[in-house]
Amino acid sequence: MDDTRRYERLRERFQNGDISRRNFFGLLGAAGAAYGLQMPFARQAFAAGDVSQVRFDGWGGVVSEAFRKYAFDPYTAKTGVKVVDGTFPGGDEYLALVRASQPGEYNIAHLSGVFDYARYASFDLTSELNVANIPNMANVMPALMNAFKTITPDSLSAAPYDYGTTGLAYNRKFISDDEMKEKGARILIDEKYKGKIGGWSDWRTRMWYAALQTGQDPNDIKDVEAAWEAVRKHRDLALKYWASGAELMSLLAEEEIHVTEGWSGRIYALQEQGHDIGYYDPPNGFGWQECLFVLRGSPMAACEELLNFMLDKDTSIAVAEGQSYPPALDPTKVDLGAKIPKLPAFDPTGTLAGLTFANPDYWNGNEAEWSKEFGRVQRGY
Amino acid sequence: MSIEQREARQPWILLTPALTAIGLLLIVPLVFIVVYSFWLKSAAGADTPGFFLDNWQEALTDPFYRDILLNTLKIAAVTTVACALLGYPAAYFIARSRGNKMVLLVLLMLPFWISYIIRTMSWINILGVSGALNSALIWLGLINEPIQMLYNETTVILGLTHFLLPFMVLNIFVSLDGIDTNLEDAASSLGATKWQGFLQVTLPLSLPGLAAGGLLCFVLAAGTYITPVILGGPRDAMFANLVYEAIIRQLNWPLGSALSLLLLVVLGVLVLIYNRYLGMAQLAKGLG
Repeated sequence: MDDTRRYERLRERFQNGDISRRNFFGLLGAAGAAYGLQMPFARQAFAAGDVSQVRFDGWGGVVSEAFRKYAFDPYTAKTGVKVVDGTFPGGDEYLALVRASQPGEYNIAHLSGVFDYARYASFDLTSELNVANIPNMANVMPALMNAFKTITPDSLSAAPYDYGTTGLAYNRKFISDDEMKEKGARILIDEKYKGKIGGWSDWRTRMWYAALQTGQDPNDIKDVEAAWEAVRKHRDLALKYWASGAELMSLLAEEEIHVTEGWSGRIYALQEQGHDIGYYDPPNGFGWQECLFVLRGSPMAACEELLNFMLDKDTSIAVAEGQSYPPALDPTKVDLGAKIPKLPAFDPTGTLAGLTFANPDYWNGNEAEWSKEFGRVQRGY
Repeated sequence: MSIEQREARQPWILLTPALTAIGLLLIVPLVFIVVYSFWLKSAAGADTPGFFLDNWQEALTDPFYRDILLNTLKIAAVTTVACALLGYPAAYFIARSRGNKMVLLVLLMLPFWISYIIRTMSWINILGVSGALNSALIWLGLINEPIQMLYNETTVILGLTHFLLPFMVLNIFVSLDGIDTNLEDAASSLGATKWQGFLQVTLPLSLPGLAAGGLLCFVLAAGTYITPVILGGPRDAMFANLVYEAIIRQLNWPLGSALSLLLLVVLGVLVLIYNRYLGMAQLAKGLG
């Protein structure tokens, strides 16, 4: 019986004189109070019973638009389950939100990097997916799956979904392709472009590129002080640290900056919009994979169904084309169409052997020290 | 129950919802933050509960935090002065205008209908390399190349002034509106020029409003973190940005709690000084 019918019955009893006016209003008040009290906890309650909606959080901008248009709306139309999609500017911000929430409040996140998977595992935020309920997972590249299995060998909390790189983006009006290839990552600390350089305000990316600028292995930085000096030099030459993909695109499109590191999909989106922006992955450029991570306390059956829907070949290709990042589907098993092979960072072999990923143990082990140090270096120290 | 007893209880009954809200939404979270500030961050996973003074020691002795705090207070002070200089003439004009006072007040309130973030971002379209100002200057032939105006401390102060100016104008307006204009006429009749009348009569009487607006602008400016993120360069940060970074980026909630309490104490002392000399009643008038 729905709430409207309950109210009508109550009103009939009042009008028939079965209950007093005082009781009638008292019951109405109690119903209102009960409704108000249950709202904040409704999502958790739904997690245990009927599910009418699932919460999804992602990177916003063109990425969220692609997810909404090609995955969530068709999924809702098919199942009736609404996907409430929120956005976050970065994994750190989202992790802080999740830590402050109740289990079940947040359900699925579009997380970046294996190190994020490891961090969520360390905070005991993992769930246990029943892979049998996600048959489309069979088409995912084994290289992407194996990375997660090294962290949680007995279970899986996420489905790999796409991958990309953080390479060098440059305005061809001011920087030629040849100059970019010649200078590589060091172009970000080139005095010639002082005031026209940008960079992500993310300590990992800053240190990764500092390693490249000082000729070191990003997954094994020996001379840490030299790397910090490179971060300082970049800071002094940069006009702005961007904080989101949308801001990155705006700074490049408006020509506020001429060169920055950037996310491959966002730069491709700019190119599609007609901007003459080049993209170059330097040797040992920052490769990453993204996953759909199901958080502890989420309605597992509904989440698994959504993951399976999103990994469906047609959905996956449509989302990949929309967000401009290659999908996690194995190109040796699935025909990915004509557009995806042209996307930056696409690997036709399905092994991803050509990309350098962040070693989760190394980067998470240095997180506490380096994230704090970057906060100081950023402010001039 | 006697009538006296009932009357004595009435204010408390009326205050109960407000006190409950303040208790639950301000006091309880504040206590949590105080407790958290004595915990320790673990390298990974949950924080370590206990009574450790490490975060407080770091917050109080590290010159990094002291320098950023002083810079924050400097930016807040410059913003407050800018708001006062720009806000006083506007408030005077509104207070002394006849007939259209309400229209002007509504116009003053209009910016509040637009998100603060959107208002702050609008400066990018005005001052950007391809923004309105550069385009106009190039079109007029005054410059050949766009001037880099964005992403520095000046634009941070500009954004804060834009955000806080209405608070200053409203407070000064309330003060000026309450001044009997016959006093200015009396000063004129005694031989004072308009300027002397303003300096010796109107300005001193409006100082409480100016001070209330100043306090509001200063406290709000010192506690902001969005404006430096949107309009600041890589180095530009205010103390609230450090709190944000400690809690959100570094996941160091204990240190973030200690830093936020430090800022709260500094601003709280300023409010207490204000209250000691001027009282909070003027502030309530301006906000009302």
